[in-house]
Amino acid sequence: MKRFAYSRPTSVSDASDDAAEDGTQIIAGGTTMVDLMKIGVLEPEALVDITGLRDLERYEVGADRMRFGALAKMSTVADDPAVIDAFPALSDSLWKAASPQLRNVATLGGNILQRTRCPYFRDTAYAQCNKRNPGSGCAALDGGETGMHAIFGGSDACVAMYPGDFAQALVAFDAEVTTRGPGGTRSIPFADLHVLPGDDPHIETVLEPGEIVTEIALPMIPAMRNSFYMKARNRESYAFAAASAAVGIEMDGDTVRDVRIALGGVAATPWRATAAEESLKGGPLTEETAREAGRIAFQDAEPLEGSAYKIELGADVVAGALMTAKSRMGGE
Amino acid sequence: MPKTPPDLRRPGVSRRGFLQGSSVVAGSLGIAAGAAQAQDSMPSAEARTITMNVNGKVRSLSVEPRTTLVEALRDTLGMTGTKIGCNQGQCGACTVLLNGMRVNSCLTLAVMAEGAEVVTVEGLADPNGDLHPMQAAFAENDAFQCGYCTPGQIMSAIACIDEGHAGDEAEIREYMSGNLCRCGAYPNIVAAIVQVRDSQQG
Repeated sequence: MKRFAYSRPTSVSDASDDAAEDGTQIIAGGTTMVDLMKIGVLEPEALVDITGLRDLERYEVGADRMRFGALAKMSTVADDPAVIDAFPALSDSLWKAASPQLRNVATLGGNILQRTRCPYFRDTAYAQCNKRNPGSGCAALDGGETGMHAIFGGSDACVAMYPGDFAQALVAFDAEVTTRGPGGTRSIPFADLHVLPGDDPHIETVLEPGEIVTEIALPMIPAMRNSFYMKARNRESYAFAAASAAVGIEMDGDTVRDVRIALGGVAATPWRATAAEESLKGGPLTEETAREAGRIAFQDAEPLEGSAYKIELGADVVAGALMTAKSRMGGE
Repeated sequence: MPKTPPDLRRPGVSRRGFLQGSSVVAGSLGIAAGAAQAQDSMPSAEARTITMNVNGKVRSLSVEPRTTLVEALRDTLGMTGTKIGCNQGQCGACTVLLNGMRVNSCLTLAVMAEGAEVVTVEGLADPNGDLHPMQAAFAENDAFQCGYCTPGQIMSAIACIDEGHAGDEAEIREYMSGNLCRCGAYPNIVAAIVQVRDSQQG
């Protein structure tokens, strides 16, 4: 690792001031940051350690809202019985990610901002990467391996996939993030936090320099209770999603009143499958309608040669997740 | 980001440093003392002294910000029981307990472990030489061949039971997935964990 300056402020305003300086990165759990610094993808001049902001470790499952401080640990939240009861997909999305050691230090705020696993982004031996080195090209699109790349939301400049699981549970259920930066405090719909790569894939979020995610909140909605996160991957544990789905359903008798579907492992950003949701609302949830929803979820996919498999796999995962969520209700 | 050579943020050059510097000039003795303490948290790349409790002993050591916890343990404290495998958080050979939680010490910056309680494989056996039950179970079950991953496996296995994630063999495998064994001793590692879990329940 190259040398860097380090600070551990104890107030959010000091942390924000430090983080606003050019060449500065924020570190919390560090599981992404230290890794990327070791392999030379990130070479910050300074790191601002925000783990001294202990208030941000708090979280609560209230009657109307769930609120998670950005420094709550993945393992703590995943194992909390109140979270498992109120919103099983959220717990699923956390414990099915990474390894126990990583989940013990990785924070929720860091998790949503994790960087792509695109092999060309991570390997500095490849000169071409518009995300790592703007304007240099894209090694994946220039004849590279594309098996783990986005089939939704990619551009001519970048097809890197957003790798996270937790974010799918958030985007499907209308989460919001609260931030604190040099310009003050603001609230951002989670769906607007990440931006598509377009011509500038090095810009991944709407966050300004020095802006720190302090809280992630969700309104409590009935579909949370009947929710599930299904994750298909190349090995059974400790791997990124080949395709995944966060789903939740609310039934009125045999009729779907509300349904939420988001797709992991397939898109450039957290990805909600609105058309698939609409196909189910007001009708029954059966094996057949679940399969149709899966098909609709992927009908606008733009696969590359290596990632075409994700369409069939992803559709199966959507259908499987919906039927699992239904079976957990004790339905037919 | 701009690639300026690492002069690396001497204290007092940031906006925050400027404001705090002003308060020192204007302040009374009390305020100055407070500001001096805040200066410790100002960005700096210089080595600093941290204090950790390692296996029950308070240790003070000098580390650069870029020193990882496993480097501090092995190179600075000479405790080579903790291994470096992939050095990227993928293999688990470097697993230690940090404030009671298993972590990858290769991805932990030592400066961020200031004030922490660290337990390594060297801290498990009784001072009289009796092995920790998990160490004994690994030996009894042949839960290793080359042994390189073993310290990390043992630390992780102890945590796996403590966390309540050793319910059945499938759960053990899921919650031990952060520890790789290239010799493939997995069935015996699971057997060792089951043995210790059952002896603790009995």
